[in-house]
Amino acid sequence: MKAAAGPHAGVSLDLTGIEAINAADLLAGHAEPIPWKTGQVGVVAPLDGSADGGQRTTDGGRRTAAGGRRTADSRQRPADSGCASGACGCKATPAKSSSAMATAERSRTAEIAAMLGMADGGTAATPGKKQKIDPKLPGSGIPPRRSIRVLLWVRRVSQVGFLAIFLYFLFQTAFRGNFAASADTQVRLPLPVEAFLLADPFVAAMTLLSTHTVYRGLLWSLGLLALTLVFGRVFCGWICPFGTLHHFFGWILPSRRGRGAARVEANKTRGYQRAKYYLMYAFLLASVGGSAIGGLFDPICVAVRSIGLGVIPAAQYLTGRGLGAAQNIPARPIQAAADHSQDFLAKTVWQSHQFYFHQTWLILFLLVAVLFANRFIPRFWCRVLCPLGSFLGVFARFALFGMEKDHAKCTDCNLCLVNCQGADSPQGGVKWRQDECHVCLNCENACPEDVIKFRILPSRASTTTVPDLQRRTLLATAAAGAAFIPAARVADSLDVNYHAKVIRPPGAVEERAFLERCIRCAECMKVCPNNALHPAFFESGVEGVWTPILIARIGYCEHSCVLCGQVCPTGAIQKITEKEKLGLGTPPVKIGTAFYDHGRCLPWSMQTPCIVCEEFCPTSPKAIWVEEVEAPVRDSKPGANGAEPAMKTVKLQRPHVDPALCIGCGACEKVCPVQDQPAVYITSVGESRSKSNVILLENTNYNQKS
Amino acid sequence: MGDAKSTEKTGPSETARPGRRELLTRVGATLGVTVGAAALGRVAWDGGGFGAATLSGARQVRDYRVAGALQGVAEMAIARGKDDEAVRAEALVKRALDAMGGMKRFVSRGDVVVVKPNIGWDRAPIHAANTNPEVVAAVVKQAFDAGAKRVVVADGSCNDPHRCFQRSGIWKMAYDLGADVVLPAEHRFRTVRMKGEVLDEWPIFTTLVDADKVINVPVAKHHNLAKYTAAMKNWYGVLGGRRNRLHQNIDVSIADLATFMRPSLVVVDAIRVLVRNGPQGGNIDDTKPMNTIIASVDQVAADAFGCTLIGQHRDNLPYLKLGHERGLGTMYYENLRVREV
Repeated sequence: MKAAAGPHAGVSLDLTGIEAINAADLLAGHAEPIPWKTGQVGVVAPLDGSADGGQRTTDGGRRTAAGGRRTADSRQRPADSGCASGACGCKATPAKSSSAMATAERSRTAEIAAMLGMADGGTAATPGKKQKIDPKLPGSGIPPRRSIRVLLWVRRVSQVGFLAIFLYFLFQTAFRGNFAASADTQVRLPLPVEAFLLADPFVAAMTLLSTHTVYRGLLWSLGLLALTLVFGRVFCGWICPFGTLHHFFGWILPSRRGRGAARVEANKTRGYQRAKYYLMYAFLLASVGGSAIGGLFDPICVAVRSIGLGVIPAAQYLTGRGLGAAQNIPARPIQAAADHSQDFLAKTVWQSHQFYFHQTWLILFLLVAVLFANRFIPRFWCRVLCPLGSFLGVFARFALFGMEKDHAKCTDCNLCLVNCQGADSPQGGVKWRQDECHVCLNCENACPEDVIKFRILPSRASTTTVPDLQRRTLLATAAAGAAFIPAARVADSLDVNYHAKVIRPPGAVEERAFLERCIRCAECMKVCPNNALHPAFFESGVEGVWTPILIARIGYCEHSCVLCGQVCPTGAIQKITEKEKLGLGTPPVKIGTAFYDHGRCLPWSMQTPCIVCEEFCPTSPKAIWVEEVEAPVRDSKPGANGAEPAMKTVKLQRPHVDPALCIGCGACEKVCPVQDQPAVYITSVGESRSKSNVILLENTNYNQKS
Repeated sequence: MGDAKSTEKTGPSETARPGRRELLTRVGATLGVTVGAAALGRVAWDGGGFGAATLSGARQVRDYRVAGALQGVAEMAIARGKDDEAVRAEALVKRALDAMGGMKRFVSRGDVVVVKPNIGWDRAPIHAANTNPEVVAAVVKQAFDAGAKRVVVADGSCNDPHRCFQRSGIWKMAYDLGADVVLPAEHRFRTVRMKGEVLDEWPIFTTLVDADKVINVPVAKHHNLAKYTAAMKNWYGVLGGRRNRLHQNIDVSIADLATFMRPSLVVVDAIRVLVRNGPQGGNIDDTKPMNTIIASVDQVAADAFGCTLIGQHRDNLPYLKLGHERGLGTMYYENLRVREV
């Protein structure tokens, strides 16, 4: 038993009665004050590593006591259970402390709790009311407050509910048509599928810093900010769908070594948790520099992007293969079931054809990696990387709701740490880190000694409200964020060496304004009915990773479609109407211009009729027009007696582009039958959002509104 | 062996030889896996080479014609509304079908009827790029009235199908009448061997062929490559895959498809006709109201007559000649019993 106390075995002398003596001493008022028992927690450093020598000694002492207590606990356990089964009556009346002192079989911890309750004059437990002691619970056996137990379930329901809403909105980020809509009904999504992004104050802050405006629905983010100002980071613990995923995987994934004591260690506050603050400030400074690049790390953006562009298409692919195989089984019921399943999934989860996304493997890989990190550090993403979490953490200092700790009652059982989500030091002896706490309430629910209390306007005696940051690191990372943007922009700018394949969605604002707004949330790519919009890799430079580009070979821009602008939360793609896009009364929105590769075009170089491009050209009048020609063509077979193959004449229609009419939708490129490298292709030049990326003189107007 | 004996004496140790039972188990496991791997290898062995895929060589045809349906009635009916009268598509369809003896001649009680309109483009009804929704609705209604158990409306669109189905107005009108509107989805396509002249193996929209009766309800319109298209070209909507290659030999492709699909009835919508910039149009100025419905069982004759609406002549349309030569119908529609109503 003494071996269990470890290196401090020599220090622990009288283990069985020490707590009782301490409590009695406190009552009498003549005991040596033990700092971690007197509530003078101001001297205890919040982080284990940063305590000075003297405190470390007390810390050591505390550990000793903890070790000793644990030993005593385990020794007493059989007696405990015996009592529970045999003489429950004595358990129900712990307040009679005089008799309690005499009974040796009593749970010693329960006894102390009762005594301390007397000593404190009943701050924690209402003195008049008898406390229910549950012998099956660890420690004192005082069950958590009913309100906490209820709130814990409310939180779980809230987490599952918000994740479900998030996924439902993501599934609904697609136009599936409507049988009830008449022919002239405008094509719009009925739900605010981008709602989670609109409520995201980090997105609002980034775009506010970069554009000095709050775009339309982003005003909703004030609601989330207000929630944080009252309750702290409840968003992280109760609402955030990405956080819920991490909560789930942190629960399900830990290895054998990630449980018990190792998990307690993993859930202690660590220095690396500062990283998210540095990252967040770097992103905010990058926004000041003119780029909303922080969307790369915004959790809602990450969730939409990785689930929308990775998980859903991959699941569709797998399901399609599985059910496709079932359809080939020559049994009518199986085929019908497979058909109906495919129909149902196409109508609810994905769409009627497989979607592909350019270089989406990296997006999916990063999602898997960050979920897998939960195996080693629970909620690694939320604690270490999430800039929205740290942004809310900055504001959590104002929260009216928070935790109060009664350190004197803490027995260092560490049960609070076992399920701590934010690694915010809920345990006794250290200060609670309000900025890290997700307000999941697990700690209070787990605490067997009545130490932890969440309440409105708590005492802040044992609370650290501000993030623990190092000023130099903060300045350095923020400066790096600010410096990154000019560094990225001098590489290949719009005016100098712009990539011809950076074709932005219709309604996108001018490139610099676009980068000020685009948060790479991938809503536009998810909603695009033709799978035309894709996350850029390095086409638009290092700054433009995962911004939307149109890859016409995979899908073209549907002529009358304006859905990408409808779902864009930041106005990188403006909410244009069909009229504006098609150019009824105004010039149409052009996203590029089509070009012919005569060497590959069937009528131009192979004397074969085709003009599918002309057929698909959606403008009226068509931007592709055909020239009727008679061209010579050689017969494929040699003539009689080895003579030269005969020549004949064919009538052909050779296509041309009218750059004044072409809107760059890419329908021609999509349908060109020359499969690998099309004979007609679009590039970004001539896009109406740019003053400089222009071909024609009449479109070159430096006075126009970008 | 000496070692084994000594271990027997001293009891089991790390160098003990395995007993007979364990020996048999271990050798048996080795042999089992070896034989299993060899057997699997033999079964799955691929000799290599470029052997042609062995599909059933039989040509597949989908023939939904109703034998003897037209005895004593018109083989082709042309219903025209007067320019000045407010024409309702439903009335014109009814007039045309009545001239051919009514829908009951083509649809029997309990039939599953597929109505195949042209829902190819994201265009409004006024643009006349898709079949007029009122014509589709009239045909659906007639089919139900004739006793059809189920009416399915489907097409393989060119543009985003959801948009085409909704904005053509066909989805709502057909749905309101109780028809099943089926949008093309990847899993609904199966490869079929048509063994045509240019179309051999192609993925087929199975919804359109899983039926007792199939009614072709195309829209008559100009086509920049094929000049005029309606009934025969409408079968492009049956195909999946890269159908943009069909244009390299569009006339033979159309004839191959019309050989594959033989409908029970053709109802050509010429209420409003796209006379220029076909097949997609997009400009109301390119359309012309003609208030005409052509009903027939002969796709070739229907197209041969229909092309005259936009000033074309059957001799200019090679696919009509091909269809005529293949015996799919007659391009000389005047040889049929034609009734104008």
